[in-house]
Amino acid sequence: MATTSQPDVKGATKQDHETIILVRDVHKYYELGEIRVHALRGVSIEIKRGDFVTIMGASGSGKSTFMNILGCLDQPSAGRYLLENIEVSGLSKRQLAAIRNHKIGFVFQGFNLLSRTTALENVELPTLYARISKAEGEKRSREALALVGLGDRVAHFPSQLSGGQQQRVAIARALVNQPSILLADEPTGNLDSRTAVEIMDIFQKLNDDGLTIVLVTHEPDIAQFAKRSIQFRDGRIRRDERILNRPRASEVIQNLPKLED
Amino acid sequence: MDLLAIIRIAMRALGRNKMRSILTMLGIMIGVGAVIAMLGVGQGARQTVQEQIQAMGSNLLFVGAGTVTRSGMHMGWGSTKSLIYDDMLAIMRECPTAHAAAPGSSSSGQVVFGNDNWATRVNGTEPQYFDIRVWPFQEGSAFTQNDVEMAANVAVIGETVRKNLFGATNSIGQTIRINNLPFRVVGVLVPKGTSAAMGDDQDDIILVPITTLQKKITGQNWLRWIMVSAVSRQASYAAQQQIAALLRDRHRIRPAEDDDFFVRNLADMADVADEAGRVMTLLLASIAGVSLIVGGIGIMNIMLVSVTERTREIGVRMAVGATERDVQQQFLTEAVVLSLLGGGIGILFGLSASYLITKTLGWPVLVSPVVIVIAVLFSMAVGVFFGFYPASRAAQLDPIEALRYE
Repeated sequence: MATTSQPDVKGATKQDHETIILVRDVHKYYELGEIRVHALRGVSIEIKRGDFVTIMGASGSGKSTFMNILGCLDQPSAGRYLLENIEVSGLSKRQLAAIRNHKIGFVFQGFNLLSRTTALENVELPTLYARISKAEGEKRSREALALVGLGDRVAHFPSQLSGGQQQRVAIARALVNQPSILLADEPTGNLDSRTAVEIMDIFQKLNDDGLTIVLVTHEPDIAQFAKRSIQFRDGRIRRDERILNRPRASEVIQNLPKLED
Repeated sequence: MDLLAIIRIAMRALGRNKMRSILTMLGIMIGVGAVIAMLGVGQGARQTVQEQIQAMGSNLLFVGAGTVTRSGMHMGWGSTKSLIYDDMLAIMRECPTAHAAAPGSSSSGQVVFGNDNWATRVNGTEPQYFDIRVWPFQEGSAFTQNDVEMAANVAVIGETVRKNLFGATNSIGQTIRINNLPFRVVGVLVPKGTSAAMGDDQDDIILVPITTLQKKITGQNWLRWIMVSAVSRQASYAAQQQIAALLRDRHRIRPAEDDDFFVRNLADMADVADEAGRVMTLLLASIAGVSLIVGGIGIMNIMLVSVTERTREIGVRMAVGATERDVQQQFLTEAVVLSLLGGGIGILFGLSASYLITKTLGWPVLVSPVVIVIAVLFSMAVGVFFGFYPASRAAQLDPIEALRYE
C-alpha cells in the first residue's frame, strides 16, 4: 500500500492544505425494492494536489459510484468526503451544483457535447452557470480551446470534428472554470488507440501544470500514464499504489503507426 | 444567469428544431388570432349598437300601450286602448323631468306614386317627434303644428320609401296616395339604417300628423306610444318612475294589478342590447379560446418530447453546474418563448383577419389595445402553465441517470 499516512479528518485544515480530496470510510447503499445493494463498503482515500490517479476495476466494483460521489453528483450514505476542506456530504443540491461548477471538471466517455452547438458554445456552457460575464466566459473558452490545440476550430460543430477533437473540446469545457480537479470517466473508451494516447498526452501535460486528475479506465495501458493506480473490487479498495517509470504519452505516440486523422 | 442569456439560449434551442418550433407555435398563433378576431367582431357589433342607441337620443323614454288579455289570450303590446292624448299632456304637465313628448299611433298602408307602389308603416305623430328622436331632414322639413290641428294631408317619408317610390325624381311637393288618400310630401328624413336594437329598417316609414292618421286612416282615438325626452340622461330613470306612477293613477290601476302600459328607458334598452352583445362576444371568444388551450397542449407535448430527447444535455448541464432551478428556468423559458412568439404572430393574424372581415363582410371590427395586451399576457400564461410540467420533469432528472441515458 503506497498511501500516505491516514489523515485525521478533524485536523484536516491548514497543515493539510496540500490535500485536495479526503474520503473517510464512505459507504453507499441503494435500495432496489426489497434488496439493498451495497455499492461502497468503506472507502478511504486521500489525494494530494497535483496527483494523477487512475481508478480501475471491473463493472460492479463500485468505481462508478465512487466517481459520482467524487464528482458531487451523488452523496455518500455514510462516511465523509472533503473536497478542498469543504465537507461535501450534507450539502444541498444547489450547493453541490455550485461545487461542480467551480471545483470539478468532467470528461465523459461519450464526450457529451451538445450537437448543433459550436465548439466554443460547448466550452462556454459551464461559464453560463458561473458568476462571470459573457465576455469573460468567451475569453476563457477561447483560451481553453487553444490549450487543447483547437484554437482554430471554435466555430466547428461536433459533427464536423473527429472523435479525438470532440474529446478535446470536452476537456476544454472541463477546464474552462479552472477547476480544482478533473474527473474523467473512461475518456478514451470511444477512441482508437492512437487518439487515446493523444488524449493521455493532454492529461499528462495538464497534470504537469499542476492540475489534479482522477481518471477511471479499465485499460491497463491507459492507466499506466498516471502517477497512481487505485483498484476497486466489491465496493472496497483492493490496491492503491504509485506507478513507477510511467511512460510519457508524447513519446509513445512517436512509436505508434500513423493513422489518417 | 441573467434573463437575457436565458432567452438567448432558449431561442437557440428552438432554432435547432425550426420546423417543429413553428408547428408548435401554429396552435397558439391560430388560438390568439381567433380570439382577437372574434373579440374584435363582438366589440365592433356592441359599439355599433351603442352608437345607434345613442343616436336615437340618449334621454329618450318610450311609453307603450300595454298588453291586454282577452279570454286568456294575450293580444300583444299596443292592444289596450287606455293610452290617450291626455296622458301625454298630463306627463308634460305633471312630470318635472319630462322635457318634451310626442304622441304616436301606427298603421300600415299601401303607398302609391305614379306607377310605383310600396307597403310600409304609417305613423302618426306631432312635429316635436323629430327633435326628440334627433332625426334631421335631408330635404324639406317636418309638418307643422298647424298641420296637426288641421289634420292636413301632409307626409314625411323615410329614405327607403323615397328610394322605392321616387328613385331619382324629386319628391318634395309631390302627391302620394296612402290607402287611396292623397298626401303631399313635405320632408324626407336622413337615413338611420337598420336598428341594431330592433333589427328593423328604420327608414321604411311614413310619418303624418297624428290627427290625420286617427281621423282619416285608422279611425281610432287612442295612442300606441308616447315618446318622451327627459331633461337629462340622469333624469331619465326618475322620469321613468314619475311617468309610471302618473299613468297608474290616471288609468286607475289598483296596487295589485299589472300596468296596462310600459315605460322603457333607452339606457335600459342600451343595457339589454349591450348584454346580448357581451354574451355573443364571450361565446365567440370562448370558442376561439378552446383553440388556444389546444395550442397550449401542443406546447406541453413538444416540451415533453424535447425533455426526453435532451436528457443527456440536461445531465451535462447539471454536471457542469446547472441547478434544478437553472434547468427549470431554461425549459420554462423555451415554452414561454414559443407561446409568446406564437402569440405575437397570432396578434398579427388576428388583426389581418379583422381587417379582412371589415373589408369583405363589411362588419365593423373593433380591436382594442387592451385585447392585445390581454392576448400577450394570456399566451405568456399558456406558456408558463403548459411549460411548467415538462420543465419540472427536466429539473427533477437525476444527473447520473441523465448522463447515462441512451
